[in-house]
Amino acid sequence: MISTVDPKQTSLNKYGVHLNIQHLSKTYGHLQVLRNLTLEIAPGEFVAIIGKSGCGKSTLLRLLAGLDAPTEGQIQIDGNPLTGLNSLARVMFQDARLLPWRRVLENVALGLKQQSRQQAHWALQQVGLGDRAFDWTTILSGGQRQRVALARALVTQPQLLLLDEPLGALDALTRLEMQRLIQWLWQEQQFTAILVTHDVEEAIYLADRVIVIEQGAIALNLPIHLQRPRNPGSAEFAKLKLQLLEQIVGRE
Amino acid sequence: MQITQSKPFGHFVRRSLPWQQITPWLVPLGLVVVWQVFAQLGLITTRVLPAPTEIVAAAIRLLQSGELVQHIRISLWRALVGFAIGGSIGLGLGLLNGVYPLAEKLLDSSIQMIRNIPHLALIPLVILWFGIGDEARIFLVILGVFFPIYINTFHGIRSLDPGLIEMGKVYGLRSKELFWQIILPGALPNVLVGLRYALGLMWLTLVVSETIAANSGIGYMAMNAREFMQTDVVVLSILLYALLGKLADAIVRILEQWWLPWHPSQHTQNSYVKT
Repeated sequence: MISTVDPKQTSLNKYGVHLNIQHLSKTYGHLQVLRNLTLEIAPGEFVAIIGKSGCGKSTLLRLLAGLDAPTEGQIQIDGNPLTGLNSLARVMFQDARLLPWRRVLENVALGLKQQSRQQAHWALQQVGLGDRAFDWTTILSGGQRQRVALARALVTQPQLLLLDEPLGALDALTRLEMQRLIQWLWQEQQFTAILVTHDVEEAIYLADRVIVIEQGAIALNLPIHLQRPRNPGSAEFAKLKLQLLEQIVGRE
Repeated sequence: MQITQSKPFGHFVRRSLPWQQITPWLVPLGLVVVWQVFAQLGLITTRVLPAPTEIVAAAIRLLQSGELVQHIRISLWRALVGFAIGGSIGLGLGLLNGVYPLAEKLLDSSIQMIRNIPHLALIPLVILWFGIGDEARIFLVILGVFFPIYINTFHGIRSLDPGLIEMGKVYGLRSKELFWQIILPGALPNVLVGLRYALGLMWLTLVVSETIAANSGIGYMAMNAREFMQTDVVVLSILLYALLGKLADAIVRILEQWWLPWHPSQHTQNSYVKT
């Protein structure tokens, strides 16, 4: 499934990576977390991965980030097998993981060269926190902290954004705001995005395709053809939500 | 993992009203007044505790003769040399063992074993090794200072959120950058806690080591005065230790303000948001 965003010329002129996951397995000791998982993700596609806790969805994300090595199989990024850390990817974690001893701007500029301050400012403005650049992170609210984390992830204009339940700890209103922000930034920058979530509505709202993982394997691969911005109140939305919920929790 | 909303808390707000700056001094000041009154009424004999004014007089006398400055200088020198050596070794080994698990496996259990020996119990052995010169005293200070700094540095690195280090790797930091940008600043609050303990132990060790077989220093001044029944000088020496200890503590506080401007203890307006 190709991204619904037409590859029009943006100011950034950047496209996401093409991912090819082949027969991926991961075992920790006796525990098999991923079983022979094969999946192809198109450049610029937004894929949501959903499943019960412990189904292996976070493990898949860690493998894609290069934080863990697969037991079997491989991940190809634009045709090249991934070894070691994935330098094209940025991860947004569930907890913001900001450095409390750095101010907001310096957190966004982590790992950048000194000259790239402008870029960090730009990223902060993208997430609407341009005026908080010189605050300490400890005085920000949960939603603001996640926005700083998002700015930090996007400042290098990555070709692959991995989102590990980044909105799970936020309140409902902030989450809605963040979902819109992520969608807008994705449409702007056209990176490939993989979102791990346990929120069915969030998955349908954001993704081109929702993948349900059960016991380490793909149980459902569901393209979402709704037009963006999507209306969670519409009948089609509700139907998809029901279908996914049935798949995830409905079967005993 | 809870992220809580930040709200200003009243008790975190530090006001600089003069009244609140005076408050901590009220009790000691009152005690000195009571002490003076009791001494002048003859309720405490000079042999037990001379009046504060007599101690001030002793201080002035010793200052004028130059003795006081000389003793303080030699004591400070011993304290600082011991502290610099012991502190550096403690910090270095703490960082080494904190960062490299192999170093920890090799060294940590030995260090913990030695730590359990009270370092002042080593005095007879230290005198046998070094004689009764400054080497012995400095060696004792080194031992006293080393452990709190080592343990707190090590603990500071170990209690770092592994998520931050993982994040640093994902964001392209190399080992050196990880150390300087994440590991060291993260461990710094604990290092400063160790520093504070170490400074306390530094004075303690010095007091004890100067009262045995010394011919200079504040401890010697006290022991010498005892022989001549100069209670005022003895009390003066004890007060000097208290003042120097307080001074050391104040220096650490200033360091905290410099090095940890981000730390919740430094936030005057807002509470800390823990994740």
